[in-house]
Amino acid sequence: MPPPEVLSQAFELGFTYTRSTGPVVGRFLTELRDRKIVGIQGSDGRVIVPPMEYDPVTAEELSEFVEVGQQGEIVSFAWVKEPRDAHPFDQPFAWAMIKLDGADVAMIHCVSAAAESDITTGARVQAVWAEQTVGFITDIRCFELV
Amino acid sequence: MSQEREMITGIDVPIYLQYKFTAGTAPARFLSQVKKGVLTGQRCPGCGNVYCPPRGSCAACGLPTEEEVVLSDKATVQSFTIVAIPIPNNPIQPPYIIANLVPDGSNLSFIHLMSECVNEEVHIGQRVQALWKSEEEWDYAMDNIRYFKPIDEADVPVERIGHMPVTGWED
Repeated sequence: MPPPEVLSQAFELGFTYTRSTGPVVGRFLTELRDRKIVGIQGSDGRVIVPPMEYDPVTAEELSEFVEVGQQGEIVSFAWVKEPRDAHPFDQPFAWAMIKLDGADVAMIHCVSAAAESDITTGARVQAVWAEQTVGFITDIRCFELV
Repeated sequence: MSQEREMITGIDVPIYLQYKFTAGTAPARFLSQVKKGVLTGQRCPGCGNVYCPPRGSCAACGLPTEEEVVLSDKATVQSFTIVAIPIPNNPIQPPYIIANLVPDGSNLSFIHLMSECVNEEVHIGQRVQALWKSEEEWDYAMDNIRYFKPIDEADVPVERIGHMPVTGWED
């Protein structure tokens, strides 16, 4: 048999998922639309952001929403040198665990910075809102160094 | 919380996975033949089974399958399902039939569409033949065959499905 041509083509597999948010994540997203960030208070007094539906210690249902600050500190981060299509930026940026003022756990989001060397753990950051908010995590466009 | 706008209760979170699919030697050879309107398989030198579409090796023996075998575009229904639920972005409107079909000369089935049939009368062992697109439209693709349709031939007994010679019932 003669050697065949190399046949190759682009192929996209798509899953058009929709998710129900439930009352707690739904409240979090609704508050984001109003440019506010809320967490929820656990039985041990910790404020958990984003809020969770059940207490991590007692498994009781949680309902005590608490608004937290729009500034916080970087707990850890990963610098993305080569962003991919699905990433929030075309230029290099950081994924970071950010502990917001008034929160007791860190939340993941992206940090826009000019260079990796600008970012350190412990650095203060501030939420930057999207021009139009729709009730989605991307309503916080990113965090920027203060 | 805002009172004038409704609470968020659901979100759209689609996932799109972008692949570059490379066919590999045996499927590329197979597709080159399909582009010419010919179905081919490859025979295992160990067990003699003919695979269509070929993967380049025998799953049972682990041997490379290098002998190309020309197959018929007549086939036998090995199994089938009636699809009743629409699939997003699929232009084919249900109900329609997806079948495992064994082409004459092959021992294993591939999946294709059946049409020009009464769905409720489709059955295992039924004889079908490929309905090809017009030659100008042939590409490196199995949908050069629009679908398989029933032909007026005797059913193949279950024990002979997957053992029909390339000449079908005519031998």
